[in-house]
Amino acid sequence: MINILSAILILAGVFFYLAGSIGLLRLPDLYSRLHALTKADNLGLGLLIAGLALHSQDLLIMLKLLLIWLAVLAASATSAHLIARQARRQEKVS
Amino acid sequence: MNPVSLLVFDALLLLSIVGLAWASLATTDIRRGVILFMAFGLVLAVAWGRLLAPDVALAEAAIGAGLSGALLLAAAHTQPRPLPPESTNTPRNHGAVGVVLRWAVTLLCTALAGTLAWALLHVFSSTPHDMLPGAISANLAASGVSNPVTAVLLNFRAYDTLLELAVLLTAVLGIFTLGQANPGYQPAGPVFDGLVRWLVPVLILTAGYLLWVGAHAPGGAFQAGAMLAAAGVVLRLAGRTRIGLPEGFMLRLVMAAGVGLFLLVGLTLLILGRPFLGYPQAWAGTLILMIETAAMLSIAATLVLAFLGGRPEATGVKAAANRQCEEIPRC
Amino acid sequence: MTELFLLSALGLMLSLFLGLLRVLLGPGIGDRMLATQLIGTAGVGMLLLLSVLLKQPALLDVALLLALLAGVAAAAFTGQQQTHHD
Repeated sequence: MINILSAILILAGVFFYLAGSIGLLRLPDLYSRLHALTKADNLGLGLLIAGLALHSQDLLIMLKLLLIWLAVLAASATSAHLIARQARRQEKVS
Repeated sequence: MNPVSLLVFDALLLLSIVGLAWASLATTDIRRGVILFMAFGLVLAVAWGRLLAPDVALAEAAIGAGLSGALLLAAAHTQPRPLPPESTNTPRNHGAVGVVLRWAVTLLCTALAGTLAWALLHVFSSTPHDMLPGAISANLAASGVSNPVTAVLLNFRAYDTLLELAVLLTAVLGIFTLGQANPGYQPAGPVFDGLVRWLVPVLILTAGYLLWVGAHAPGGAFQAGAMLAAAGVVLRLAGRTRIGLPEGFMLRLVMAAGVGLFLLVGLTLLILGRPFLGYPQAWAGTLILMIETAAMLSIAATLVLAFLGGRPEATGVKAAANRQCEEIPRC
Repeated sequence: MTELFLLSALGLMLSLFLGLLRVLLGPGIGDRMLATQLIGTAGVGMLLLLSVLLKQPALLDVALLLALLAGVAAAAFTGQQQTHHD
């Protein structure tokens, strides 16, 4: 039962990863690509980690996985903000 | 486990590594090359993990994927601006000298590649043997740690590590000859500042964790030092003036701590009648931890100084008073 | 179960390749940077899957390091240096 749930979560995570990277390729603009990227980062990795946490059934590993997810969340949100701000700055100059 | 799927995974990994390496060298824009090199480091860390070398993967993740981008960019900022596209098409080496030079470099690179290929062929054609891993596992219990990589680095081949730390110290001395450090960064906006507020403590904690866990699991002084350096680099990027780097005499002490403690331990053991860096078995674990702590601090200071690109400007109260005195005519 | 992990790792590898395309194509430096971010996150995911597949719990630590240092790259590229006051 747990295996089935974790399998579903992991597959859903990979789906969001692929959706995010296809969006990265097909969307026309830097800002819309940032949207696609954050879907892959947050949802994709989050579902993947949820599935792996269920699979591991070890409290320490679950906590480490949670820390990884929070770190990626914060870092990717900050990176997206910084990249978008830099792009705005360059647009104003040129 | 299906071997075909694993083979496909490995093939794709290999392809991306080679492709990224080629692209990062073939590009003309420095910033683009640095980004490609960073991506190369990321994929390489995954490759080390796939090859079951977690210690190297940790070092690659800390230095190759995180710090090297910042270090290369800090160096690239001091480069002159790239030439406009029209002038890059004109060859800069005219005439016979240019042709001879290009041929010489081509021959040298071919010779190097040929030597490497011959060495690899030799390795693959000989049968694998267990001599070295067998020797390591036979002596692991007497080394003071249970992680074989740490045992080799800090006990069996401690002399090599001492020399590596001496190389790092020489690099720092070279950095000091470059003059003043690069100018600081603008103070960070609320978003990046918020990230830095919790990231730096977590980085410091992770450094301590890696140092401690290196005795029995993948980790160690180099990886921990790189994490501490990342904390300092992040603080610098956020526009802070105080980034955890000590000043004056303390800085020189920290820079020399790695080599210094190593030499101190080695010479003390020599005086006591044991071989140079031949730890007594009961003390081995403690000595290794002490040396690793000092090495971690030295490595962190070296990497932060490399990012700063020169002598750090003084940030203490006396220095601030000195700067004010420069602006006021009568002081 | 291991089959599933391996397939997921291949899926993440495909995602990494698509990100690679964007790094090589992307007209501006911002596009390349955000593609590197995707490569980093795909790398974290792959390391997590590999740690279960190859039974190496240390790879979780590698993933943690990659996750913590993911923000440093963008900060290094977008940081504005102060000009000297002279």
